[in-house]
Amino acid sequence: MNLYTFSSPVNFYQLSGKLIPWFMGGAVVLGLLGLYIGFFVAPTDFQQSEAYRIIFIHVPTAWMGMFIYLVMAFWGAIGLAFNTRMSFMMARALAPTGALFTFVALWTGALWGKPMWGAWWVWDARLTSTLILLFLYIGIMALWSSIDDVKRGDRAGALLTLIGAINVPIIYFSVQWWNTLHQGASISLTKAPSMAATMLVGMLVMAFAAWFYSIAVAFIRVRGIILERERQTEWVKTILEND
Amino acid sequence: MGRFLLAVLRRDLTLAARRRGDWLIAQFFFVMVASLFPLGVGPEPNMLARIGPGVLWVAATLASLLSLSRLFSDDHHDGSLEHMVLSPEPTVLLVLGKSLAHWLIYGIPLLLIAPVLGIQFNLSWEAILILEISLLLGTPILSLLGGVGAALTLGLRGGGVLLTLLILPLYIPALIFGAGAVDGVIAGTGAQAHLSLLGAFLVLSLMIAPWIAAAALRVSLE
Repeated sequence: MNLYTFSSPVNFYQLSGKLIPWFMGGAVVLGLLGLYIGFFVAPTDFQQSEAYRIIFIHVPTAWMGMFIYLVMAFWGAIGLAFNTRMSFMMARALAPTGALFTFVALWTGALWGKPMWGAWWVWDARLTSTLILLFLYIGIMALWSSIDDVKRGDRAGALLTLIGAINVPIIYFSVQWWNTLHQGASISLTKAPSMAATMLVGMLVMAFAAWFYSIAVAFIRVRGIILERERQTEWVKTILEND
Repeated sequence: MGRFLLAVLRRDLTLAARRRGDWLIAQFFFVMVASLFPLGVGPEPNMLARIGPGVLWVAATLASLLSLSRLFSDDHHDGSLEHMVLSPEPTVLLVLGKSLAHWLIYGIPLLLIAPVLGIQFNLSWEAILILEISLLLGTPILSLLGGVGAALTLGLRGGGVLLTLLILPLYIPALIFGAGAVDGVIAGTGAQAHLSLLGAFLVLSLMIAPWIAAAALRVSLE
């Protein structure tokens, strides 16, 4: 069996249906484990005391927000190059999750910033680039929603995703020159070397939970998109009649 | 190839010369937005000099958006755009020519107006000179990236507002470097680094934006 089997909507529909419970279950188990490590096992930070614990939600969501964008750009490029239907559906299914994670990262960042920096928001490199990422997600979803023609919408969205992906690193580096008062937005695990291990484990477990959740939710969404787009086919009719 | 580019340029410039009101609107918009800020934040000269570069740059980006929604739409309505895309000449050159024409129509008058507004914002001569250089390097970026947005939103309902939503995030680097260069002169740290980055961004946009816009145009016309 080769992997291209799953670029056909009918096969992917069946595969994702089998995988969703596993990924969702994994997300729940890992999420609970990660939160337990984060809130009960990981020791108190000597500088930031208990407030640092939001890191276990903040960092994985921020990673995921950026990573999903790159995955969308990847699927968009594949779709434009090889004209594969599934790639565009994947890109569409991923966007709301990416936007959600980016929003949660900004939100938890604000909650973390208030006790640490004394401000909900500062115009520093990390925050600005993440905000722009959220704008890009919103722009892409707005473009999709205003184009009724499926094929045109897919391609237009993919092109916008690609040009945005080129822009993200530029924004990221540019703002370092723009605002030299760069606050310590990034986490340095070397602050407390003896505690680094548990903190890192907690963060990685939460990152995997975010991965599993994203995959599960994207699969659920992509199944909906498949049914909508393949509604004229026989196999969709049989599925809908049996359910 | 060069002749095709020149033909597109000449055509768009002729059309603009016949309808002066259309492109003067963007320039008046630029002046008005910039004039609203001293009224809003107060006329204190030092503060105006402080916010001036950023305000003028933001006004320039908004003014470019105002005229961009019509970059392709007029030709799309009368059907000539499809013929130009179907012609054996490369679509990339068509898009490049139209973006260049947009810059000549919108960017050059803006460069002529900007020093006057700079004086109103109490900027020094040196800062105004750097503002001009940064606008000279930066406004072509706005026209090039705007071409992508105009091609993507061609013929959509609410295209103008959508264009704003799509393109403003892409304008941010130009805004940061452009306003940063003038700020650098005022703060005494120099403008060279910002201007170099702005130039690099211009080269990058010139290399990428026409191709993406041409692809978007073909997608929109299918």
